[in-house]
This record gives sequence, C-alpha cells and structure tokens, in this order.
Amino acid sequence: MSDHITLQIARYRPEQESEPTFNEYEVPYTKESAVLDGLNYVKDRLDGTLVYRWSCRMGICGSCGMSVNGEPKLTCATFLADYAPGPVRVEPLRNFPIIRDLIVDIGDFMRKLVRVKPWIVREVDKPLSEGEYRQTPEQLDEYKQFSMCINCMLCYSACPIYGLDPKFIGPAAIALAQRYNLDNRDEGAGDRMEVLSEYDGIWGCTFVGECTKVCPKHVDPAGAIQRYKLTAALESMKSFFAPRGA
Amino acid sequence: MEQTHTGSYTPYHPRWLRRRLSTYWWLEKPAYLWFMLREGSCMFVAWFTLYLLWLLDAVLEGPLAYELFLAWSGTPWVVALNVVTLGFVVFHAVTFFQAAPQAMVVRLGRRRVPPGAVLAGHYVAWAAASVVLWVLLRGA
Ligand code: SF4
Ligand code: FES
Repeated sequence: MSDHITLQIARYRPEQESEPTFNEYEVPYTKESAVLDGLNYVKDRLDGTLVYRWSCRMGICGSCGMSVNGEPKLTCATFLADYAPGPVRVEPLRNFPIIRDLIVDIGDFMRKLVRVKPWIVREVDKPLSEGEYRQTPEQLDEYKQFSMCINCMLCYSACPIYGLDPKFIGPAAIALAQRYNLDNRDEGAGDRMEVLSEYDGIWGCTFVGECTKVCPKHVDPAGAIQRYKLTAALESMKSFFAPRGA
Repeated sequence: MEQTHTGSYTPYHPRWLRRRLSTYWWLEKPAYLWFMLREGSCMFVAWFTLYLLWLLDAVLEGPLAYELFLAWSGTPWVVALNVVTLGFVVFHAVTFFQAAPQAMVVRLGRRRVPPGAVLAGHYVAWAAASVVLWVLLRGA
C-alpha cells in the first residue's frame, strides 16, 4: 500500500477562463516519486487535459521547471516525500507569460540567449589541417561551472529584477556569455561586452542572489554577473586612461 | 491581462497570461526582504558619512563649534539614530564581505584561492585598518 498526497495544480485554459484556477488531485507516492511522477499520474489516470513540459526526467533537458510551493524547481528532481503530508502546490514558473496550465512561453529567453552568442567565436578559423584547438585541464576549469547550465530558466523565475523589468537580459544569458568569454579558444568577448554593458545587461542586476540559490546545476549566475561587472568596470577604466585604442 | 508578444507563431495564441509582480514582492520571501534591507542600508551609510563630515567641520572650526557638535550629538534622537545606523552599517559591511568571494576570483600562481580565504582576507583587512586607525588616533 502506498501513501497518497494532494497536488493542487494551477490550471489555465484560455478558451474558458481569464485567470488561473486550482484543481486538486490525489496521487500515490513512494519515497522515489518526483513531483513530475505525480503530474504524469494525473495525466495518465485522472485528467488527460492537463498540460506541462518534460522530457528527460533526469535533470538534463531543463524543460520541467515549475513553481512548487512557490519555489522554482525542476519537477523531475523534486520529491513528493519531501512535501508530505502535503498538499503540494504546482504552478507555472513565475515571471513568464502562461500559455496554458503549467506551460509558459520561453521565447523571450531564447531570443536573449542568441544575443550573447553562446558559441565559440573566432576572428579567423584555424584551417582543419592544423588540427584541433588545444585546451589544458586548468583552462577547462575556468569555465566548466558555467557550461553546466541546462537552460531551465529557474533563475529567471527567481529573479525579481526580471519580474519587474522583462527587458533585463537575465542570469543564465550572462552566465553563458561568461562560459564562452572564459574559454581560451574564444575571441568573442568584445562582441558580448557590447550587448552586456547595455543598460539592460549586467548593470540591471542588483545582486539579489536568488538565481544562484535556485540553480539546480550550481552554475552560480549571480557570481558570473558580479565578476562580469568587475571586468566591465576595469575595461572602461582602461579605455578612460588609455583612450586611443592603446 | 495584457497581450504582449512578438514571436512569429503567436496569432493562434492570443490569450497568453502575463501577470505583473506585486508592488510588495519583497515581502513574499525572507530572502527578498533581506535584500531590500541590504539595499536600504546604504541610506545609513550615507548618514554616517555626513555625520563624520560634520564632525570634521566642527573640529576645524574650533573648540566652541566642537562643544556645540558634542552637545547636539548627545541629544536623544541623534543617539538613537546613530545606534540604528551602527546596526545597519555593520549589516552592510558583513553582507558586502559575504558577497565578495562570489564577485572576485583571486589567484595565487595557478591556484584559485578558496572563497572562504577571500572572505577571511576581507575581515583581516578590516581588523588591520581598525588597528592602524586606533593607533593613529590615540597618538594624536
Ligand atoms: S543558470 Fe542554472 S537556473 Fe539558470 S537556466 Fe542555467 S541551470 Fe537553470
Ligand atoms: S524532465 Fe528534463 S530536466 Fe526535468
């Protein structure tokens, strides 16, 4: 016999309501059951009209982010037993437009991500005949932490600055810019600095620090942003004291 | 309910729900409130700076001005304000130091100095600065 727990799930069906409502469902759980398992149980047995995103159910794809009892979480890595005796409130990620039920629009983040060029930028590509770009373990360690980001957007959901001003480029985009800036094979730091030193870039951040707390991959986006600010400040000092492109 | 979107596939999704953050968002989580207090503490840092400047001004003007300044500083509301200010300034310094290792990557040779050591370094520098000031002021 297994225990049961109540899920209070936010429903938003734009064709029939203008505000989200909550539906309650009783689901069985064991100590291995994730919140996502609860949602799948609802979808399979109780109410097939519920919609939400998921794919890998192992903390890699970054698509199952939702608000669980008010905190942004990967639902595949958050366990029902930790919320016993319940109820557990499941809502769509905050700070994003809601399309339906637990699904939010991620277009804004996708467009921002592209702006910081999260790929290796070279002025001139080395010809293939010269072989690969070499990298030492120390050089890898420089950026490895930031490369762990799975684009789950929990950090955007936790960030009140993004909530107040959706133009802010946001934590993960900046952390990913850092991931490439700190890669010794990359030459795109200048391009990225142009985007990120704008008003809506790094200076929008006031270091609330919640992004780092909710990140399931220990990326520490807040740290990335503060480090970037330091770099940007030093650069502008340099150009102030040596203005003619010295 | 506002419909703001520019994606190319939006015409069939006209009713996305965009909610605004409440004006009182900073009361929703202790961490947010903590953040607001930290931001607010800069007002007290500013007051402390002004107060010090006034003190300097009084000292420069001579014994009478200094006596007047001392009397004014002894009034209950100035004492109360300064006690509150001291609390906030210490809070400001401590949280600032806490944040420092996240913003600074310090290297010794090829090794990265562990964040705990960066934090400790800040406290050591603080203590050293205090000792130097103490010695200077006592000598004066
Ligand atoms: S930085 Fe962390 S919380 Fe933000 S998108 Fe990447 S993995 Fe998710
Ligand atoms: S389902 Fe892929 S991260 Fe949760």
